[in-house]
Amino acid sequence: MNAINRNEQQALARAVLEIDVNNHAGVMSHVVGLFSRRAYNVEGILCLPVGDGQRSRIWLLVNEDTRLPQMIKQVEKLEDVIAIRRHHADHAVFSELKAFFQP
Amino acid sequence: MTETLNGAQITVRLLERQGIRIVTGYPGGAILPIYDALGQSTVIRHVLARHEQGAGFIAQGMARASGEVAVCMASSGPGATNLLTAIADAKLDSIPLVAITGQVPKAMIGTDAFQEVDTYGLSIPITKHNFLVSSTEELLEVIPRAFEIAASGRPGPVLIDIPKDVQARSIEITQWPEPGQCRPAAPAPADALQQAATMINTAARPLLYLGGGVVHSGASALAVELAEKANLPTVMTLMALGAMPVDHPLSLGMLGMHGARYCNLALDECDLLIAVGARFDDRATGKVAAFCPNAQIIHIDIDPAELDKIKTAHIGITADVSEALSRLLPMVSANSREIWVDRIRSLKAEFPQVFPDADRPLSHFGLIREIAEHLDDDASVATDVGQHQMWVAQAYPLRRPRQWLTSGGLGTMGFGVPAAIGAALAEPQRTVVCFTGDGSILMNIQELVTAGEEGANVKIVLMNNATLGLVHQQQTLFYGERLFASQFKAMPDFVRAAQALGIAAVDLDTAADPVASLHAALDQPGPCLIHASIDAEQKVYPMVPPGAANRDMIGA
Ligand SMILES: Cc1ncc(C[n+]2csc(CCOP(=O)(O)OP(=O)(O)O)c2C)c(N)n1
Repeated sequence: MNAINRNEQQALARAVLEIDVNNHAGVMSHVVGLFSRRAYNVEGILCLPVGDGQRSRIWLLVNEDTRLPQMIKQVEKLEDVIAIRRHHADHAVFSELKAFFQP
Repeated sequence: MTETLNGAQITVRLLERQGIRIVTGYPGGAILPIYDALGQSTVIRHVLARHEQGAGFIAQGMARASGEVAVCMASSGPGATNLLTAIADAKLDSIPLVAITGQVPKAMIGTDAFQEVDTYGLSIPITKHNFLVSSTEELLEVIPRAFEIAASGRPGPVLIDIPKDVQARSIEITQWPEPGQCRPAAPAPADALQQAATMINTAARPLLYLGGGVVHSGASALAVELAEKANLPTVMTLMALGAMPVDHPLSLGMLGMHGARYCNLALDECDLLIAVGARFDDRATGKVAAFCPNAQIIHIDIDPAELDKIKTAHIGITADVSEALSRLLPMVSANSREIWVDRIRSLKAEFPQVFPDADRPLSHFGLIREIAEHLDDDASVATDVGQHQMWVAQAYPLRRPRQWLTSGGLGTMGFGVPAAIGAALAEPQRTVVCFTGDGSILMNIQELVTAGEEGANVKIVLMNNATLGLVHQQQTLFYGERLFASQFKAMPDFVRAAQALGIAAVDLDTAADPVASLHAALDQPGPCLIHASIDAEQKVYPMVPPGAANRDMIGA
């Protein structure tokens, strides 16, 4: 499989995860640690506080994989995760940022 | 009434309020304020281990024997890193622990200060949750919460890292928080239970598959009741041994890598597998695609992430297994299930579990049998990791939940001695036997000093084959008999070593009447090392070769 092919393949099979978390140091490492220990690459990360700053929202762009449902359950178990929602890859959150990621 | 207390005193008070009466640990600079406060407590007894890993496993032994959250402590840096193995072990076996570590003062975090290590970062993947406490006030919230998290849902270890300045700073306290308690889990969905009951009622060849969750949930009696009502032959994981007495007529004992042949063959034939508090560990399932190939699966577990992780369940139920089983029980109809029970009986007759040499008291099985026959079900049984562990799992008639303490998920050599001490501290009225090997005992032999100091009623049975037996076995069977690094050239004199470390010791090899010496050692209160040489060529059989299907067991 050549590189272009592979990229296309991946573009077809991506998911966006929206995760509401408590906002304090360490929460991000709890979340991404679940992915890295499974050698599950996170393609994109976006995180900002929400409202009064007690909470944050993390957006992850990940590859579709048979392990994704298990990943979502593992994320849900984290004490600091309030909710997780799964969206299609075409969700606006990452596509609107394209301008900032030109080579 | 307003009190002014520093963070260390608050920590100790909160532990007292949690009902903690024993903590185990090892001091060092960054946790000295807490040790200072602990020294003033009239309620909590501190058990000084001789290595932080020992402290972690002593706490685990307390938690495993009692089912209650246990507490261990260590200082920053090397103290914390020494604790990590015991914490990881607790995570894999779902043991409720609260580990408290000292940390360098907040202002010095990130400067590579003396004995600074990123304990928070290191402990993320091996704890259920962890905290780096950033203010003294926060302790009032974090400590009860840590106990709540450790005990609730699927139990597990929680680490609290407390910087020294947070321990030292004083604040005014007007009100104490409620102690953290186990939060009840959401009830099992009624329709799923009903479906499960229908599946059980219509199955021809159902098997009940019990895991450690049954023990954690206190559901053993319910599980036995369910098995008896519906005549469900029952297999247990290593972690569940004792949930159903292994000599119960419906028991098939332990499944998997070193399970009895009849047990694994029965799994091959079942048409319904009822997994309760079990997680389809690879040592239990063998090659997953070939595990219970003809069975539908009902899976009940308190941790939703366990459902469909390894095997997709036809019915998955997230619930406390006690609650689920108590509601399932009346929905399941009594059934004599004669054909299937008969079939199990003939499998047992055709492929019996053999215990070679069991009638010779100084053989590996003979020793286990002799000890089991001399003790009653009140005794607790701990093990280290290796062949001896598997032989005990196969041959000891475990009949009581929480009777059995073994490192299942992590398989940590060095677990046995400190865990046995912890069990003896938690339940001083019991005799605790610890089966260990000449490799394993050396991993935490320093805790014999602790056993002596505490007068813990532990009988450490050292099955000495002068090899790393399980490694020796694998090299013999799967690496062309190229034995490397598995045979000890230098062997300590374990009897004298134990005596030098302050406990009694007997050598069955040289005893005039070894059985009488064994009995005397078991009957004498207090710690004792019981040394017996065994044959290094003995194997743990049957065995499922790594990667193979359970039906393709080799040996015996
Ligand atoms: C801390 C640790 N290191 C290495 C291993 C790998 N291992 C598993 S069993 C074993 C040999 C154990 O030898 P021993 O305690 O003498 O028991 P035996 O198998 O001879 O009964 C080893 C090295 C382990 N489980 N734990």
